Parts: sequence; C-alpha cells; structure tokens
Amino acid sequence: MTEVVAQRSGDSARYDVRAALGRFWPAFTFIALAIVVPWLFFDWSKGRHSGFVISLVSQMGVMSIFALSFNMQMGQAGLLTFGHAVFLGLGGYATIHALNAVASGLFWLPVELMPLVGGISGLIFATIFGYMATRQTGTAYAMITLGFGELVSAAAVMFNGFFGGEGGVTANRMIKTSFLGLSYGPAIEVYYLILFWTVLSAGVMLLLTQVPLGRMANACRDNSERAQFVGYDPRRVRFYQCAISGFFAGIAGALYAINYEIVTYDAVSAVLSANVLLMTFIGGIGVFWGPILGAVLITLLQSWMSLLSGAWVIYVAVLFVVMVIYAPGGIAGLIMAHLPIWRSGRLATLAVPYLRIVMPSVTGIIGFAGLVELTYSASIGKGQGRALTLFYHVIDTSSLLPWFVTAVLFALGIALAASQRVQFLESWAAVAEETRVKEPCR
Amino acid sequence: MNVVPAIVLRDVHKSFGATKIIDGVGLRISRGERHGLIGPNGAGKTTLFNMISGRLSVSRGEIELNGRLIQNRAPHEINRMGLCRSFQITSLFHRLSVFENVRCALLWSLGYRYSIAHLLSRQRKLNTASQILLERLGLWDRREIRAGLLSYAEQRALEIGITVAGGADVILLDEPTAGMNRNEADRAVSLIRQLTEGKTLLVVEHDMNVVFSLADNVSVLVYGRIIASDVPERVRVNPVVREAYLGTKGA
Repeated sequence: MTEVVAQRSGDSARYDVRAALGRFWPAFTFIALAIVVPWLFFDWSKGRHSGFVISLVSQMGVMSIFALSFNMQMGQAGLLTFGHAVFLGLGGYATIHALNAVASGLFWLPVELMPLVGGISGLIFATIFGYMATRQTGTAYAMITLGFGELVSAAAVMFNGFFGGEGGVTANRMIKTSFLGLSYGPAIEVYYLILFWTVLSAGVMLLLTQVPLGRMANACRDNSERAQFVGYDPRRVRFYQCAISGFFAGIAGALYAINYEIVTYDAVSAVLSANVLLMTFIGGIGVFWGPILGAVLITLLQSWMSLLSGAWVIYVAVLFVVMVIYAPGGIAGLIMAHLPIWRSGRLATLAVPYLRIVMPSVTGIIGFAGLVELTYSASIGKGQGRALTLFYHVIDTSSLLPWFVTAVLFALGIALAASQRVQFLESWAAVAEETRVKEPCR
Repeated sequence: MNVVPAIVLRDVHKSFGATKIIDGVGLRISRGERHGLIGPNGAGKTTLFNMISGRLSVSRGEIELNGRLIQNRAPHEINRMGLCRSFQITSLFHRLSVFENVRCALLWSLGYRYSIAHLLSRQRKLNTASQILLERLGLWDRREIRAGLLSYAEQRALEIGITVAGGADVILLDEPTAGMNRNEADRAVSLIRQLTEGKTLLVVEHDMNVVFSLADNVSVLVYGRIIASDVPERVRVNPVVREAYLGTKGA
C-alpha cells in the first residue's frame, strides 16, 4: 500500500531516506548488531577475539546468503530443490582454484572480489542445469535436482583434478591482493568481508523481489497457466530465476571457500542441500528475511547445541517436523501473523492462552529432551565413557527413576498441550478476527 | 483494412484418442464483433476455447488470429499476438494482492519482459494503468487483499480485469457469469460491455439472457459441430436449435 500511496501523491521518484529508515529499521538494527557482535565477545584481558564466535557468525553470514538464494527458487518461484548445495560447492571449488591461481601469479584479483568468481561459476552451472531442469515444475523438478546433486557429488569424488578427491582442495586466502591492504589472516577480517557480501547480496536479492522477473516468478508459482495468458513463458521465468539463484549460491560458496580455505565434496553434498532446506523452512519461506532467521538460528543450534549435547541433530530434526506441521510459514510466518495483533495493542489478550499452551509444551519438551539425553547417554555416551550431567547432577542411567520422571513429564506435557490446542486456536482466531476488522486493508 | 477477420476457424477437429470432441468447426468472427457461443453441456465449447487460446493442440484444421495462423502455438505466443482469455474456474494469482494481479497482467504489454532492472514501485505508467483498471473494476479499495480472499463475484471481476488488462484486441470469456445470481450477472455483463468496448469478443455462456443481451451474433455448438450461426433473434427461433438445445433446456 505504501508504494501506491506514494505513487498517488507523486513523490515516488525521490528517494526518501527517512522513509527508508522507518521501513527498514529492523534490517539496519540487525546489520548494526552483526557489526558489533564480535566485539561483545572480545577478550580484553588477552586482547583477542573469540575464535568460536567469529567462526559462528561467519558461518551464519554464508548460510544466510545460501538460504536466501535457495528461497529465490523455493519461496518465490515455488521450485523445491534438493540439490542446491551443488551451486554453492561449485562456486567454492572455483574460488579455491582462483585463490591458488592468484597466489601462483597466474592472474591478479583482489580477495574482496573473489565472491564474484564463485557467483559467476554458480551462474554458469545454474544456467546449464536450469536449461534442462526448468522444463519441469513440482515433483519432477525436485527429482531432477536430486539427481543432479547426486551426479555432482559422485563427480566430486571421482575427478581428482578439479575436486581434489576425498581430501578436497585447499588454498591460502592470504594472497596479498587486497583493495584495502588487508592480509585476511585474522578471522575477524574475513568475517567483515563475509558480512559485507551478505548485506550486499541480501540487498540485491530483496530488490530482485521487486522487479518484473521476481513478481512474475511469484505469479508463475501461484498459477503458471494464467501467467502464460498474460504473455509470459513460465519456463523462461523459472530458468532466469534458477540462474540468478545459482549466482548467489555461488557467492556463498566463494565466501565458504575463503572462510575455511578448503572445499571438499561436503560442499556439494546432499547433506548441505538438506540443511539449507531445513533452515529456510524453519525460518519461513513466505517472508523475504525468513531464510536469514533460519540460517542464523540453525547455525547457532548446530554450533552451540552440539557443544551441549551430542544428540542435537535430533532436536533440529524434531524442530523441523514440528514447524512444518504446526507452523508451515516458519518463524517469520509466526512473527508476521502476530504483527497486526501487536500493532493493534491486543497482543496482551493472548498472554493467558499462550501461557496455557506454552507451559505444558515446555514441560513436554523438557521431558522429551530428558529422554533423548538418557538414551544417548546410555548408548553412545556410555561407549565414550562419559556420565550424563543434568543441572550439575550426575545421573545414573541404569536406575529407573530418571527414565520414569522424564517419561511422565513428556507424556503429561504433550497431553496437556494437546488438550489446550483447540481452545488456544479459538482464542487466537478471535483476536485475529478483531484486528482484521480494525485494519481492513491488512 | 477491416477485411481481415479477428478469428477464423477452418475445419477444426479435436479428438482425444478415438473420441471426437470437435468435429469440423468453421467460424468467422469479424473485428469488433461480440460473438456468443452456446450449446449443451459436453458440446465442446471449452475445448474449442482451449484450442483457440493454445491450451490444447489442434488435431486437424486451421485457426487464424488477425490473419496469422496460430494453431498449436504456445499460449504465451498467442497472447502476445493479441488474444487473451478468461477461465471458467477462476484463475488468479491467488497469493498475490489484487493490485499485483492486475500489475502482472500489464507487465508484458508495457514491454517489461523479464526485466530485473525496473523497480515496480517506480514505474509510474504501469502503476497508474493498474490503478485506473482497478477503479473501473470497482476493486481499488480492495487492492491490498490477497486475490484468493476476495468474494466470488469480486474474483470474477478481477478475472475479467486480468483478461483485458494487457490490451489484447481479441477477448475470449469462458462463462464469465457462471455461479452468479441475477444481480451479479447483470453487473458483470455491464462491466464486460464497458471493458471490451471496441474489442472482438467471443464468449461461452450458459445464461441465455447474458448471451442474447451481449452478443451481436450467436453460434450454437452441438456434439462438436456448429449447427447454427446467426443474429440472436434468428437463432432463438431457429427450429433446429430449439430442438437440439433451447427446447431441451426450456429457455
């Protein structure tokens, strides 16, 4: 609506900085946070950055670009892909080779522009691949991407010249070519390079949702037949969208290569393709910034929870399943659903219904986590000779009591939450209905 | 210059396997004519529409649009040559807003193609055209709503809007008033009249009142053949038509 109103009052041609600040303040806040985050964990006594935090936020940046590029296909064009890592991986391999080539003096390119090498490789491969695959949509497209992913994974272990076999290809990012005179030895410099490219890529991808191609991608997703009857060839729309998405995945791959200084077949693997799918869906495919949210959250879970628990994969998997069943719009979808209620000041009326469903849910989750940890400890943990410690208490997994307590918590919590579900949905719908009346155009 | 008819069908056939659906249809619609196509259920009206608009292939025969052969071309190519159609079952971009629906329908005709270099919000001509069309459709106040959430009559109006938006000079409407009550149908008819002013119109319709009030000429399709093609008054009294169609329908 804002843009239409602006159009009518006739000032749309002028770029209004204050309006942009007003509209994009969450994005600017997020960027500011991303800039200062390493310094919040700076160890002033030793004068050194926290390596863990830097590597964590660097990975978040790379995965944000990757997830956004995935969503250019999934959320915006309705193309489910199981092989998106291929573009990241191939972009990564190209960058690693480019780094080595620059180091050996074959040609000159500053590290700052290396992401373009990855991006262009991603674009080239996505063009070739998209030309074949975008004839199809839906399940057929998904199957082709799966096959293509397997093909490239297989090639990555077979053709040692380019892919370096099982060991992968390594490079040194300190190639002494920098616009800014940086060595890119310290991880913090690499992080800011990643952050710069993340912001740039996200900005461009956001703009790409506001141009004719991006809008027609939405249109073809909704109704490709109707798109044909307004003059567009849906296959071409899909093809261009796929190619551009490959470009950004390639940029993510280049940053991946610069960050780790090694690219192995993991970077083209189905595991990474599944990972990006997971992130994007948990974050939310229906809102532009949803994938960023998912990338940040899942990377955090992977790195931080893996320190807390060896069974973290189970938690991520359960989170994914629960989200897809109960909140198909992802976290971003949940936020967007609550925004009008919050704006109308009626969010407080939901406090009680929320408490009634969240409290038993949390109980159930604690019970579930307890069960998982007990099982994990009793099987793998035992083999590693580690005792299970919960709340600073060593738990004896061979006694029945902890099993009984966690099982009861789990069953009771889930049962109670389930019993509250209908009532909760009703009160939610009532509030949503009221807010819609207040804001007819939302 | 107006000697070239808008649409010409020459001995058009369509069979699915051994089943003949369209059995040698010939039709000639001049520029600016409003042509009604009626016939009992299963006569092949929608199939004929689908062949003209490129949704279905033609088994045999020729179809001309403004003097150019179009049979078996892709729908988007036919659309770019100046033909647009609506669907019997409402066919919108249901997750996009009403405004975006109309804007998408205008993009190609205003030459944007697959551009990634034009910010939609900055395209004054495009947005003004969208606004004007929405105001004519009476949907301007509803522009922010998802198309899928509109009422049925509103969706039908939007469907017609999308169909005419691109400025095609030949418009095919497939049962534009299906499922509407008398009032809604009357409003839809006047909307169609207004929006297709000066264009060639081919309309499939079950509602005889709509056909006879809208069309200059009417063709009657029965079992894949056109059994009569004339002005509404004469079709109405044509004994063959009465027997084959109107009589059984009791219209």
